[in-house]
Amino acid sequence: MASYILKNSVRIFLLIIAVSIAAFLLMTYSPIDPLQTNIGQTALGTISQEQIEKLESYWGTNEAPLKRYLQWAKDFFTGDMGTSLLYRQPVADIITQRFCNSIWILLAAWIFSGVLGITFGMISGIKEGTLLDSIIKNIAILFSSTPIFWFALLVLMIFSVWLKWFPIGLSVPIGVTAENVTIADKIYHGILPTLVLTITGMSNVILHTREKMIMILESDYVLFAKAMGKNKKQILMQHGIRNVLLPAITLQFASISEIFGGSILAEQVFSYPGLGQIAVTAGLGGDMPLLMGIVVISACFVGVGNLLADILYHIIDPRIRLGKGNKI
Amino acid sequence: MILDMQQITISVEETKLVEEFFLQITAGEFVALVGASGSGKSILAHSIMGIAPKNVICHGNIKYCGEPLTDEKRTKILGKEIVLVPQNISYLDPLMKVGRQVAKGKKDKVSMEKVKKLFQKYHMQSSVMQRYPHMISGGMARRVFISSALMEQPKLVIADEPTPGLHKKMAEMVVSHFREMAEMGAGVLMITHDLELAIACADKIIVLYAGKIMEQTKAKNFQSEDTLYHPYTKALWRAMPKNGFHNTTMIQPSETGCPFFEGCTQSKKECKQNKIPYFQKEDSIIKCICAGGTEICY
Repeated sequence: MASYILKNSVRIFLLIIAVSIAAFLLMTYSPIDPLQTNIGQTALGTISQEQIEKLESYWGTNEAPLKRYLQWAKDFFTGDMGTSLLYRQPVADIITQRFCNSIWILLAAWIFSGVLGITFGMISGIKEGTLLDSIIKNIAILFSSTPIFWFALLVLMIFSVWLKWFPIGLSVPIGVTAENVTIADKIYHGILPTLVLTITGMSNVILHTREKMIMILESDYVLFAKAMGKNKKQILMQHGIRNVLLPAITLQFASISEIFGGSILAEQVFSYPGLGQIAVTAGLGGDMPLLMGIVVISACFVGVGNLLADILYHIIDPRIRLGKGNKI
Repeated sequence: MILDMQQITISVEETKLVEEFFLQITAGEFVALVGASGSGKSILAHSIMGIAPKNVICHGNIKYCGEPLTDEKRTKILGKEIVLVPQNISYLDPLMKVGRQVAKGKKDKVSMEKVKKLFQKYHMQSSVMQRYPHMISGGMARRVFISSALMEQPKLVIADEPTPGLHKKMAEMVVSHFREMAEMGAGVLMITHDLELAIACADKIIVLYAGKIMEQTKAKNFQSEDTLYHPYTKALWRAMPKNGFHNTTMIQPSETGCPFFEGCTQSKKECKQNKIPYFQKEDSIIKCICAGGTEICY
């Protein structure tokens, strides 16, 4: 087990290096010129060559890419994530602050989509072929094929613009000082992004759980349970739920990446100042240190999620926990 | 009479899987249902127990101990009076300990004690109870199933292909346990494609081909070809290694008339055209117009 964790940790580490290189290359060769984007074409034409050179060295556009990357990597591993070029603040501070905003939305969406998805998926699978099943199934298919930003826009339009039940964006009310922001305010602002992430995340869980439940109910061991005279309730309690939960929980941990990916789009639509939104800003603004920081941190996040799923499987699945030869 | 089935038709949508099927099992009788794969054996077993998939429709009369076997009746006796001995390890829930599965999901002391005793009877250590299905061998799985059948006092034991994958000695041992159950007074229905094994242990053998009974005969009649009457049964007999290993080219069963029409050497025009009735000859029932005997209505 320890060696397994170690092996996978090394794998995640290598993955992070690969991800950082990929992100760096994409940024370097992106058509976005940080100078033009952040200073503007007209402004660039009016300032002196000396100033332009100064700006170029600030944004790092005149340095060799390899040298830049190695410099960044060296600093990163010594604990210095660098300073954001756009915000002129340490990257670590920005990420911490944004992460704290995002984490509640992500966590809530992750838990709700898991619990609701597994529950509805099980109900749908158990009631396969009924009206209830086809309602749940079709809603799930509809939402899993809906683009998240489009759905977010729709939700924003209905609940914020037309009904005016929820704020139109941001994570705190406008015109209130930081000390006066209550937890209720934060929850109020987080509801719509959470709702969008939950519903889109839930759909895949429903479809997966439903399929698995149907498979289990058609399995040989359920047939044998019927032959043993067990009633429907006993079969579900003893065989159905147990067998469906195992893959569902693993899938849930592996789906952290999906929720994370979705949050980038949802936060953008809701102008929610989270990690996802800042990633877009950093990418479009050519803010290399900030984007690299976000990429690496989110890769860690996803990697750890997957590792947790693996470890969990080892703990709860007897087929993996107890090898064939093991005696109890 | 423990089980009496008559005029059974099993179909999925328009396709008839089993037709004109009949079966009688008395207490203490060991009946083997022999047929190639795809002849409809397993679906018959599942239909008797009412656990076949929803789209499988079973028509006909099934009487259990003189009373019609309805779904309500089944819910009362399934797993207690009628038990299934399934085929392989996939019939065990991979996430539940073997002992608890034999005890039908119960964990109380009395049930566990009972399981322990049965496991001892079938030469399994009590530690096997704590194992998960992936930790036991195929042979052990059969003994686990046999133990589960004996948790109560069954009147009818239905064994669905209980021996594939076992070497001869192990298969014989498994079958001898069914013999024991029959001797204890239960009716045993064993579904198998192993004719040799069926001959060695059963009282009565029913030969199924393309969903129809070709011949029902005493197991002892298989000692010689002369006491077998249906050409298909004879062909099976000749195909056994000790009887010459003769190969009969098997073609698609015929749709109308006798399904064995194409493979039969003595077939006549009528065999293909007409519906073939059953004939009784000595203690055999044969579905063949050439075998002789008196026509009976089933």
